[in-house]
This record gives sequence, C-alpha cells and structure tokens, in this order.
Amino acid sequence: MKKVIHLMFWLIFIGLILFLFSSHVIAEPDFQRQRLALVELIKDEVTTTRDFLQQEALDERVLDALSKVPRHEFVPDSQRPYAYENRPLPIGHGQTISQPYIVAVMTDLLKPKKTDRVLEIGTGSGYQAAILAELVDSVYSIEIIEKLAEQAASNLKRSGYGAVHTRIGDGYYGWESVAPFDGIVVTAVASHIPPPLIKQLKPGGRMIIPVGAPFMTQYLVLVTKDADDKVTTRQILPVSFVPLTGKH
Amino acid sequence: MATTKPGVPFQCAIGMISASALAYEVLLMRLFAIIQWHHFAFMIISLALLGYGVSGVVLALNRERLMQNFPLAIVANMMLFGISAPLCFLLAEQIEFYPAEMLWAPVQWLSLCAIYLLLAIPFFFAANVVGLSLYRYKAHISSIYAADLLGAGAGSVAIILLLFLVFPQKSLTVLIISAVTATLIVSRYGFGDKDVDMSPWFGAPLIIMLAVVFMLTEFAPLKVSPYKAQNQLLRVPGTKIIARDSSPLGVISVVSSGITPLRHAPGLSLNATTEPPEQLAVFTDADNMAAITQFTGKPETLGYLDQTTSALPYHLNRLADVLILGAGTGSDVLQANYHAVKHIAAVELNPRIAELITDKFADFAGHIYDGARIDLHIEEARGYLASTNKTHDLINLSLLDAFGSSAAGLYSMAENYLYTEQAIQEYLRHVRPGGYLSLTRWIKMPPRDEVKLLATVLEALKQSGIGDPSRRIAMIRGWQTSTLVIKNGAITTEEIERLKRFCDERSFDPVYYPGITAGEVNRFNIQQQPYLYQAVTALLGDNGPAFSYAYKFNIEPATDDRPYLFHFFKWRSLPESWSLLTKGGSFLLESGYLLLIAALLQAILASLLLIALPLWLWKDKLGIPAGSRDYRPILLYFFCLGLAFLFIEIAFIQKFILILHHPLYAITVVLSTFLLTAGAGSHFSQNLPSGTGKSPVLVPVTGIALLCVLYLLSFESICGFVLGSGNVVRYALSVLLVAPLGFCMGMPFPMALARLGQTAPALIPWAWGINGCASVISAILATLIAMQLGFNVLILLAVALYGVAAWCFPKASPGI
Repeated sequence: MKKVIHLMFWLIFIGLILFLFSSHVIAEPDFQRQRLALVELIKDEVTTTRDFLQQEALDERVLDALSKVPRHEFVPDSQRPYAYENRPLPIGHGQTISQPYIVAVMTDLLKPKKTDRVLEIGTGSGYQAAILAELVDSVYSIEIIEKLAEQAASNLKRSGYGAVHTRIGDGYYGWESVAPFDGIVVTAVASHIPPPLIKQLKPGGRMIIPVGAPFMTQYLVLVTKDADDKVTTRQILPVSFVPLTGKH
Repeated sequence: MATTKPGVPFQCAIGMISASALAYEVLLMRLFAIIQWHHFAFMIISLALLGYGVSGVVLALNRERLMQNFPLAIVANMMLFGISAPLCFLLAEQIEFYPAEMLWAPVQWLSLCAIYLLLAIPFFFAANVVGLSLYRYKAHISSIYAADLLGAGAGSVAIILLLFLVFPQKSLTVLIISAVTATLIVSRYGFGDKDVDMSPWFGAPLIIMLAVVFMLTEFAPLKVSPYKAQNQLLRVPGTKIIARDSSPLGVISVVSSGITPLRHAPGLSLNATTEPPEQLAVFTDADNMAAITQFTGKPETLGYLDQTTSALPYHLNRLADVLILGAGTGSDVLQANYHAVKHIAAVELNPRIAELITDKFADFAGHIYDGARIDLHIEEARGYLASTNKTHDLINLSLLDAFGSSAAGLYSMAENYLYTEQAIQEYLRHVRPGGYLSLTRWIKMPPRDEVKLLATVLEALKQSGIGDPSRRIAMIRGWQTSTLVIKNGAITTEEIERLKRFCDERSFDPVYYPGITAGEVNRFNIQQQPYLYQAVTALLGDNGPAFSYAYKFNIEPATDDRPYLFHFFKWRSLPESWSLLTKGGSFLLESGYLLLIAALLQAILASLLLIALPLWLWKDKLGIPAGSRDYRPILLYFFCLGLAFLFIEIAFIQKFILILHHPLYAITVVLSTFLLTAGAGSHFSQNLPSGTGKSPVLVPVTGIALLCVLYLLSFESICGFVLGSGNVVRYALSVLLVAPLGFCMGMPFPMALARLGQTAPALIPWAWGINGCASVISAILATLIAMQLGFNVLILLAVALYGVAAWCFPKASPGI
C-alpha cells in the first residue's frame, strides 16, 4: 500500500511538472490553429458590434493579416501560452499590447491601402507594426523606451518583418523626413494629440488613438483630415453599448 | 499568575500593541495606495483584519493551554507582532500582483489571497494579545478593553503625526520599536511577579531579529506597480526624480523630463499650434500626474492654455476676480494669468504641493503664487468657502482627478464633497451676479460623470429655487475634456455668440446653450450619438427622471449624504457589461464598486468559516455544552456590536468632514475621539450597576440611540453653528459632539464580556473573534450602504443594530 501511494505521489508530481512546462512548449502548428480560431472569434464579435464600425464586417485584408502575424513572437515567453487569447498582454517595462480584437478594429479604422505609408508612435513589442506591414508598403515606427525598441526590432526581424522602419526616440514630432503619412497609429498614451502629427497627416489621412488605462482601452479616437485640411475626430466606442436604451 | 489584576505596565503594553496595530493598519493603507491603488489598499487591508477573527477562533480552541503559559504567550505574540508587521509587508510586496489583469488571469486572485493571508498575520498576533488578556483578566475586562481602545486612539493620532515627519516605509521601523518596547515592558514588569521575568529569554533574540527586520525595512525600496504613471514616465530616457516629499496626504515626487519634454496639456485643441513650455511632472502616490510649468513672466508662452475647453469663461466676459479651487501645481492660475485677470484667489488642500510652487520650484514656476494679484489659501475648497463671504467673477474647478484612475472606474467608492448638490449651491453663493461657475471634466465614453454632474448641478439649481436653469447653463466639449459653465444670471445672446466663436476657432463642439439646435452639437468631435446633448435636453425637460432611470449608469445627483460622484454602477446593466467583457468592453465594468462587493463576499465567506465551522466541529472545545442553543444571542450580540460600532464611526467621520473640512483631519480627530472616549466609556462601564437582566446595557444603548437621532435631526443646524466659528472652536466643538457618543459606544462590549466572565468565561475569546469578523464586514458594508442609501440611513441602521444587541444581552444565569 505504501509503495502504491509512493508511486502515485511521484506520478502526480511528474505529471504536474510536465503540465507546467507543456503550456510553454506549444508547437507552431498549434499556434497557427489558435490564431485562426482567434480570427474567427473576432469575426463573430464584430458582427455583434457592427454599429460602431457602421459596416457589417472588418476588412478581409485586416483579418488576413491577423491570421498571419505570429502574436506569440511579440510577447514574452511567459505570456506565449496566452498569445492567442483575446486579451491584452503585458510585454514588460510596464507596457501592454491591446487585445487582438482592439488591434483589429484600430487597424480597420485606418482603412489601409497597399500603397500607404503608415507611422506608428509607440512600437511596443512590434505586433501592431507587423500587422500594418502585412497591409501596407511602408511602415515607420518610433519607440521611446530603448529596451522595448530593441526588443521590438528583434521581434520584427525574427518574424520576417524586417522591412518595418524602426527608430528609438520621441514620437511627438513624428518622422519628418518621410512625412506625410496616410495613416498614423498613436499607441503611446499622450496628454493631447501632438500638433506636428496632425501636420504630418496627408489630406484624406486617418490617425487612430486608443484612450484608456493599461489593459483597458476605453474608446478610440479617429482623427481625420479632409481634402481641405479640416481636421475632425470621431470618438468610437469599440463595443456595442448604447448608454441609453431609448425607452424614456 | 499570582495576580488577577492587570498592572499598569501590562495595560500600557496592551495600549502600545493596540496603538501599533492601528498605526500599522493606517500605514498599510498608505503603503498599498503607493505601490498599488487606493481601492485595492482598502480591500486588502479590510480583509487582512480578519486576522482578528482567526485569533478569536484560535484562542477559543486553545484557551486553557495558552492560559497555562500566559506570560509566555503574551510576550511571544507581542514579539511576533513586532517582527511580522514589517516582514509580512515586505513579503507581500514581493508577490507579483497586477489588479488590471484580474479580469483575465485567475492567478492574480491567488496572488491577492496570498497578500491577504500574509498581512493578516500581524493582526492575528496583535489580536491574540488583547483576546488572551481579556480572557485572563475576566474580572477586569473593562480595564483591558479600555487600554486597547485608548491605545488605538493614541495610535491613530501618532501615525498621522509620524507620516508628516517620515516616509511611510520608514514608519514601519517606528512600529517595530513600539512593539519591542511593549514586549520588553511586559516581559520585565507586566506580570507583577518577580518569578515571571521573561526579559532574559526574550531580550537578546528579540534585538537580533528586529535588527534584521529593521535593516530590511530601512534599505528595501518600495516596489511600485510598473503600471503606475510615475513608473511609466521614469522609463523615458533622461527622466529622474528630483524631489520627494511625504505627508499623510500622499508621497509627492517631482520628475524632470531631461531629454524629452513632458508636454502636459490635456484637452488641447486640434487646432493648437503651440506646445507647452518646459514642465516638471508631479506625482502623488506615484500616480495622478500634474505638471509644474515653467513661467518666465511672458504670458505669450502660455498660449496653449487658451486652447483648452476650460478657457471658455474667459472668453464669455471680462473677468476681474477669479477663484481657483484645487489650484495644485498652478496650471489654472497660469490660465487666469494668461487672460490678465486682476485678482486670483487659489485654494489648495495639500500644503506640500503648494510649497513646490512657493518654495522649492518657485523660480521655475515664476513665483505665480506670490505677489499682490494672488491670494493662496491652503484649505479644503468648501472649508474655504464656508469661512468667507467674498464673491468672484469666476469659480473654476478643472480636472481635479487624473484621467487614468478616472477612466478605470476606480474612484467609485471614494467620497467627494466637491461635486455634490450642496457644494454647487455653495459655489454659486460665491459667484457674483453675472459671474460663472466653471467645471471641467474628462470626456468618458460612454459618458458617466459629466452626465451625473449635470444632473447634480440641475438639481442644485432647482433646490435653490432657480426657476429656469436652462437659461443659465452652457456646456462645450473637445475630444478629451468638457466644460460646464453655470452663470449667476441668464446667459445673453452676446455670450452665446462668443461661445460659438470660441468653439469654432478651436474645433470644440457646443453641447448646450440656451437656444441650441441639434445640428450644432456633433460637428468636430463626432460621437455616435450626441450623448451629452441628449442628456442635457432630457434632464432639463420633463423627461429627467425617466432618462435617469433608463440610463445604463447611475446618474442620480450626488449629495452630501451620498457624496459619490464616481459611483455609476447599476445592477441592471451588469449582465450587459459582463457579456461585453471580452469584446473590448472591460472598461464598462465599474470595477471599484464590484471589487467592494467582491471584498464583502470574501469577508462574509471567511467570517462564516471562522464562526460557523468551529461551531459545527468543535462546539465542546469552544465551551458550549452539547444541545445548548443559548450561544445564539451571544453570537448575535457581538456580531451586531461589531457592525454597529463601525457604521457609526464611519458615518460620523464623513459627516464631520463637512465641519472640519479637511478629510485627513476629520478622520484623525473623529476616529481618535471615538476610540479615546470609547476607552473611557469602557473603563467607566464597571461602575454601572450590573443588574441581572438586560437593564445594564440599556443605559449606553439608549444614550447611543438618543444622541444619534439628535445629531441626525439637528446636524444641519449644528453645521451652520459650528461652521461660523474659528478653527480651534470647530475642532473643540467636534470633539465635544463626538465624545458622548464614543463614551456610550465603549460600554456595551466590555459589559457583555464582563457578564460572560461571570457566566460563561470560556466564550470570551470566541466573542472577541466574532466581534473581529463583524468589524471587517462592517467597514466594507458601511461603504456600500452609504453609496446606495446615504450616511443617515447608515446611522439609523447602526441604532437598530444596537437595539438588537440590547435585546440579545447575555443572561445573568450561569452557564449556557
């Protein structure tokens, strides 16, 4: 009896160890399967929240990009098992990457075209830049936190997005030498929209800014510049929620 | 064990441990507010206090064994409290806990539980000391309880004074010293018997162990969450902390930006072309960023401040005299300077913040708080207004809370007396005819506090007898902020024209002005629906109540009785926001309120375990004869007392914030008065005739009920009378008002314990534990009740609970 208990103890112990490690050793085909499942989930969610987009579905190209970019390559090892859950993830240095659903919506709102030139302020881990690189010809990305910028550059190169132009520095003045841009994504929180960025937006261009706290995007601000350089913003609730039921 | 009477040194040591335990509680609140956020601090510390409940159970089950080694048990528990208090905090700090991830990562809940458990340990030891002593000195329970309460009262004052002098983490070492002193006193003199001198046993090891803990505490820096704004900024190259200061109101850090300018200009218009001058960031508790802006005396460098929604009143009319409430680091003062206002009165609550501008960084800030044009008042806003009859052309309150915390719904349980109906009425009394009250807030999506503030303002105007509020208010919004202006008089056509021009030039949208049309409200900063316009028109019309009911957030006006502007939670909306959790809707959950509910559920569950489980498994060991049901009234009695005591204490602290103005001083004065007078009441209770029935406890309970009802009925008159007096008189009167109530509230607990001492002494530790559990539930429940029903209801409920307790007062017949 004692031997059986002893054996069971070791079996459970080894099982637990294997279980703990197994979550960190997921094969690429598994990731691919998870990624596709995530895209399906996002598709479903968009159909229930189509109001804010004023369209039935996200651009197929955006969804396609999401299904190609290996998100697990852009998160720390400890977060890899959760890379394809629809949730924000910590990427170290007190920074996070948005949940894939929000990334999809933000990217869609930019209305990216193949020939576009897009600037990103706040490279983070490089995931958003990689998504953009799947959609447009030129992506420029600026990150102020040195370690994060180096890590992102390495992530991008490793995942086959070496063409993304990255720079360490202050994003407030944009990237003057390659401006203007068709689209700008400001993922680094700003107390206001930097006037130089508005200036570097092409007529007809779109800028997207997520507003909120870490792990929590409250709303998206879409800044558009029309052909006459008139600038307007749209405050977009990325979720189907109307504060008033309309029964009053 | 030669004596059955506790000596003075013993009582002193008990008092010192109770003082240290209360100081530790306050200190943990401060420390967790720095390393995490305030609402988590509240939740963590509330539950850690369950250490008192656990202590009750452990003592109840092991009371006889512990009694045999009473001196050893007391000294060991005191020593362990002294060591564990700093050590458990240091260990809890090492646990990786990120509240924002709780929605996604279940492991965070485990971390939270581990923190609770660790922090409960010191409270467990402190409670053991008092609980054991109550049992040991059954015939002198009122003296022990008095020492406990008097110590706690002294601790509540001492910790606040200490926090003015040293940084919070350094205060931990003072606790160690206090606990060591208590241990040494009790081990040498505490047992009144030369045979029981424990000091040789404890002296050397105690000093060695404490030296180790002391070193750890002194040299380990606080591990602040990487997601707090200060840590985020410090990752930017070139940034560094250039000044630090601390007071009970918070730890202030000033960060210079070095290479990359700070550029703090929230709500800046899209059309702005200028950026702010050089700035220094100022953080309170590593969050709530504000900026000190460099001012060289040239107003043209401040042009960006004219590009925000809060600049609106300066464009409606020429303003000569402005009152800035919550002046902080001075950006609103600079805005008034930019508009060449002749006289500015600035009111700031935190003297340490004001000192940054008047002293340490005065040259950088351009001495904006000096000179004949400006009067700086270090006071709470409503306190200042209550003490003056001056009127102003403009009273301005702008963005007094940081966006991050505000957005995450974390402030829901924080009372705020600046945005209540009564506050608005007070402000308007100080606005000259033709002048304005201007309130600027962050834009939220979907709108919450802007709508609730609107409802509050409209109700305040209605209560003031203003017939047509629709002629007096105007509101505009940008993409990030909105400004609501209330005029003391009707808004004129010229003012409307100026407002339109102001908005057009800056791409802001009018939300409302008299005569506005729907086509004007959603042009530059387009929302899916013009939510704020819909809200104003509905609230101004007959549809107000229906609108408020149908709105998915709680937008009932905030009042002084329910001062929770940031409490937006509606149960009805929970299923919907919950279902949207993974669909980008996590911000819809009012997490502050839900965490409070979660804390309450955890406290109830833990209390059930601590009370019901021993009853079920070890009834005999507790000292309850098999088959007896007479323990039930005892359980109910101590549970009701635990709830009621804190209900009253918390409600009166809030009520007195209005009289004493300053939340910190109100808490300190009211809490210490309650505890000290309750201690005196406890001591006095032994003089009351013991009687045989419930009659003894009816005396204090009747006193509590009468005083509560009297204060409830006459609080406004008392307020009116007291507010007109000077500072010293206000504080003295507050103490005099609280003292009789505290005195009465100190009696029921020791009276019942003394009765148990005569009839069923075995139940004393158990009763102590029940009271501990109830106190934990009470602190959380009181906040929830106040949020839903107000402080007056809370007081009435407490009176009812005292009534129930009186009915359950233990019988005089021996044994149960």
